[in-house]
Amino acid sequence: MAAFIALVRKDLQLFFGDRRAVILSFAIPIAIASFFGSIFRGQSNDSEPAKISVAVIDEDSSAISKDIVAGLQRDKALAVTTASIEDARQSVRAGKTAVAVVIPTGFGDAAGRAFFQRVAKPNVDVLFDPSRGAEMSMVRGMLTGHVMEAVGKEMFGGTQGRSLVDETLSELDSSGMPQAQRELLRNLLHSVQALNKETGGVPADQAVMTVPYTVKESAVTARENVAYNGYAHSFAGMGVQFLLFTAIELGMGILFERERGLWKRFRSAPLSRLTLLGARTASGTILTLLMLVVSFAFAMVVFRVRIDGSLPGFALVAVSCSIMAATFGLLVAALGKTTAATRRVATFAVLIMVMLGGAWVPSFIFPAWLQTITLVIPARWAVDGLDAMTWRGLPFQSAVMPTIVMLGFALLFGALTLSRFRWEES
Amino acid sequence: MLTISSLHKSFGSTTAVDGVSFTVERGQLLGLLGPNGAGKTTTVSMISGLVAPDRGEITIDGVRLSGDIDPVKRRIGLVPQDLALYDELTANANLRLFGSLYRLSSRALDAAITSSLTLVGLLDRASDKVKTYSGGMKRRLNLAAGLLHDPDILLLDEPTVGVDPQSRNAIFDNLEHLKSRGKALLYTTHYMEEAERLADRIVVMDHGRVLADDTLAGLRARGSANSGGNGGATSLETLFLELTGRTLRD
Repeated sequence: MAAFIALVRKDLQLFFGDRRAVILSFAIPIAIASFFGSIFRGQSNDSEPAKISVAVIDEDSSAISKDIVAGLQRDKALAVTTASIEDARQSVRAGKTAVAVVIPTGFGDAAGRAFFQRVAKPNVDVLFDPSRGAEMSMVRGMLTGHVMEAVGKEMFGGTQGRSLVDETLSELDSSGMPQAQRELLRNLLHSVQALNKETGGVPADQAVMTVPYTVKESAVTARENVAYNGYAHSFAGMGVQFLLFTAIELGMGILFERERGLWKRFRSAPLSRLTLLGARTASGTILTLLMLVVSFAFAMVVFRVRIDGSLPGFALVAVSCSIMAATFGLLVAALGKTTAATRRVATFAVLIMVMLGGAWVPSFIFPAWLQTITLVIPARWAVDGLDAMTWRGLPFQSAVMPTIVMLGFALLFGALTLSRFRWEES
Repeated sequence: MLTISSLHKSFGSTTAVDGVSFTVERGQLLGLLGPNGAGKTTTVSMISGLVAPDRGEITIDGVRLSGDIDPVKRRIGLVPQDLALYDELTANANLRLFGSLYRLSSRALDAAITSSLTLVGLLDRASDKVKTYSGGMKRRLNLAAGLLHDPDILLLDEPTVGVDPQSRNAIFDNLEHLKSRGKALLYTTHYMEEAERLADRIVVMDHGRVLADDTLAGLRARGSANSGGNGGATSLETLFLELTGRTLRD
């Protein structure tokens, strides 16, 4: 046991004696997690959501197109500007505007006709920044709502709408529509005319045809009135990433000891292989756990991250994650030959692992197939486990599966290490 | 004390050690000589437990050495060719770590550290980090690290590589002192003058085999006989080249 403790103490002495390693392991993850957290911090109750920049070019200037522009301008999710088509195109190309919506000449009339008849539908031209596809999709959905609202309102009372109803009635017999349907539509249009005559048209501020629901948004977090804290996720993600980087350094330490002949001293002493690898696992676990604890302590003090789930569950996930990382470090040492080449390969492996594990961005934004595949990546379980115990506020039971999986990975890494470790020194 | 019997070791298709046998007695320094690739380091590695022999056995006072945790390994001290030290730690911390591997009690470890540092003349630098040491000081500390648990047998793998004459001389004095204390020393080197000065017996190896095992005087007599008794006192280097040839070894 004395040898075991001495080996662990040596690793800790070496780690804390290396200022660069300490900075890399503590300060940098905190700095990067803070940066990511500030980007993905989510929408709090009192904060204004980020708006999508949209340029609108109204070439039609009809009642319908003006109403569409007004609707877009009222939308809280959009920052709408009007521009010429060339200016809008330039702005999208420069990345200043996400989407430009062009309402072409004649759009209002064509849309009104297409409202009741099977005639060619007019186009709305949309120019968008290809790097902002998600915003494009959102704008398309919002635009649909505003167009439906504007056309519906105009058709049930607007001047442009009345003339279009009259025009539709006069052209109905030549429309090619089956007789029965034609009569039904004729009755409907007569009813619309009667309604317009009766009411004198719908007031400008009152829509007739609107999206038939409103959305009440409630972020489901740990408790009611507890806002999502994006720092919780970013500190989990970056914590796991740098935990694995530190594990690489632990593996590098073994390779370094081998290169320097230090491993010969260890192997010539009456020590079991279990003692040698176990001590390294223990020191690796202590160091990585310490990193995780320090990093979350910082997040709790500075960014008000809270363990809204189970504290023992958080501890369990953190410890199993640290054990997994330590055994990953051993595996790096077992598979590596030279320090320089091994560091490059291992760093690449960690970056892939944390990227797919949801350490950079939450895994729920991945496609479904990728979410399934990434279940075989230990970083995914580590991040999900920490998320569950922090901002999701889930109970202890939710820590059990990530813990079992991560300990399973630790066993796998340990077994691979034992089978591949180069014990002979010559 | 240390008996090596018919050791064999191959790495893939390469035979590194092929039936090596020799003994090292208490109070004796055996010089193990050979060109690069002769099998010296592999032989030392097998004795120190770093490499498992394919065949043959190693015994210490008749007790066979086997396994990682064999307590007999406590009777062996290794001074590797590399400077196997942590530069970032002090000499004291290095020795405390290496002594702990042999389960020395705290008090015994303190005494062993003081004793070994005194022997190599580094006691006053015990609290300094190794990275502040000169090459010669590191070599001496490397030797001290192998002595902490007071082994009966010391394996020294080219322990004077790259050191200045003063440090080399100090190391020689240390080895003479250890020999006088009854330690059995196995010393590999490329420096013939070191073997001439220190070795009680010399084993010359090449291609994994023992080519000669004799005292320096015995080897010289053999060399003299081979040259028809006209060559006077043949140098060890000449004898070595006669045995191993003049082909370059890389």
